[in-house]
Amino acid sequence: MAIREKLSGNEAVAVAMKQIEPDVVAAFPITPSTEVPQYFSQFVANGQVDTEFVAVESEHSAMSACIGSQAAGGRTMTATSSNGMALMWEMLYIASSLRLPIVMALVNRALSGPINIHNDHSDSMGARDSGWIQLYSETNQEAYDNFIQAVRIGEHTDVLLPVMVCYDGFITSHAVENIEILEDGEVKDFVGEYEPLHYLLDRERAISLGALDLPSIYFEHKRGQAQAMINAKQVILDVAAEYERLTGRRYGLFEEYMLSDAEVAVVVLNSTAGTTKAVVDKLRSRGIKAGLLKPRVFRPFPYDEIREALGHVKGIAVLDKAEGFSGAGGPLFTEVGSALQGIANVEMTSYIYGLGGRDVTVDHIESVFMDLKDRLADGKGNKITYLGIHE
Amino acid sequence: MIEIRWHGRGGQGTKTAALFLAEAAFELGKFIQGFPEYGPERMGAPITAYNRIGDSPIKIHSNIYTPDYVVVVDETLIGPIDVVAGLDEDGGLIVNTPEDPQSVTERIAGYGGRVYTIDARRISEEELGRYFPNIPMLGAVVKVTGIMEDRFFVEAMEEILKHKFATKPKVVEGNIRALTRSMEEVVGI
Repeated sequence: MAIREKLSGNEAVAVAMKQIEPDVVAAFPITPSTEVPQYFSQFVANGQVDTEFVAVESEHSAMSACIGSQAAGGRTMTATSSNGMALMWEMLYIASSLRLPIVMALVNRALSGPINIHNDHSDSMGARDSGWIQLYSETNQEAYDNFIQAVRIGEHTDVLLPVMVCYDGFITSHAVENIEILEDGEVKDFVGEYEPLHYLLDRERAISLGALDLPSIYFEHKRGQAQAMINAKQVILDVAAEYERLTGRRYGLFEEYMLSDAEVAVVVLNSTAGTTKAVVDKLRSRGIKAGLLKPRVFRPFPYDEIREALGHVKGIAVLDKAEGFSGAGGPLFTEVGSALQGIANVEMTSYIYGLGGRDVTVDHIESVFMDLKDRLADGKGNKITYLGIHE
Repeated sequence: MIEIRWHGRGGQGTKTAALFLAEAAFELGKFIQGFPEYGPERMGAPITAYNRIGDSPIKIHSNIYTPDYVVVVDETLIGPIDVVAGLDEDGGLIVNTPEDPQSVTERIAGYGGRVYTIDARRISEEELGRYFPNIPMLGAVVKVTGIMEDRFFVEAMEEILKHKFATKPKVVEGNIRALTRSMEEVVGI
């Protein structure tokens, strides 16, 4: 039975964590993710979960403790943001290459400098090549649902990769909104017992982890990791189908909103997709064929499926909440661009928006659609636009 | 959908009031958003909080620029902050002050809508013995906006406060008295 609730994004994820009841949570506080381990440590203190909570002295240690715990055979989770994840950097790569399905709540916040506590996606976009699966969440509901599904995705034997569940700092993490949560037992049944294939505390089958890889074998290990990421796509869809049977809520690799007959479309991650939906509704009522594609899965990137979904759209604006400093558009823009390679008569443009928490309004998003329409009419426009910047 | 913007200073419970309003409206079956806008987090610094309350799911995730109502929890913010920016003239401005609506209107240029006042300081000090303006302001907001019935709101708040102050029943009683009084004493209606 679904339970109607009102929770902030951080509360929702802490509740999901409580319902999953992992063996170990190791975390170090950083705004705006602090509340996740804060609430969770209360559940531990109150005896509501049997999890070992490890209060560590840095994020590097948090991820190190997660790696040790998961390698030992325990289901392990953490939460962080921004510079916290930056300090985990070398351990992120160790976690994914050791094929440890750790689940992390990554509450997106701008990376320093200049120091800033507010939301953008520079943290997760910076970690896009670290070998972690990345799921993005528009709302508290999606953060909750993704967090529960992440366990099953990462632990699937075709995958065995860590998963980060990304949601917007403050906008989602600290806003109280309606949500439907599952019963504790339903979540427990959905995630099941963690039964790792290989683990360090298995006395019957002793293994060694993290040994030196010389040129004779390193390449093959990377190829295996790449295959796991390729395999993840189908597993993500299978887990989503099972989750839909449980909850009635449908998840895929991305969400299409009024896209099938759209002439102009926006591609955008996380909370701004909600604001974009409100603008699409408004423009549709004026007869403008506007649509939205909201990627849920950024790693692995669904190239073929996005090509199929966007192939008919004449004007596409890809909005990035991270600069990326490629000199040629944001990271989501370049990925969508390669997905659409070779398709003729598509006007594609990159927008950088909302860096360091600059608010993104209905008017901003409407201006993007209007610019796209103008571009289709006269073929003129910038390759890269900084949306809402003070000129 | 109704949109409300709250202006207060750090430590006055402005964010908490916005979250309580969202929770009470949720109990009524509404779709809700309650969220703060964080700046430098310190006592006394101006802070803003927001509410969207409606009958269908709320998609927009931006701050509120054209609110139906603005709540000023600390009247010293009038002047340093353009509290009426974007405020709908069919809505209203609700100010914590011992003054009457007329004298507040004279202090605010460029707003032709209705102004409501409530002496939240006096109510809080008399009922709680301390200055916590947020709960009396909340009572005034519900009375002025008519988001929900008075009786339902008081009952919902009783439950919310009992949950929050499980070990301090006196705080709950004082707050409910403050809430009820402010619903009676808000002027400008």
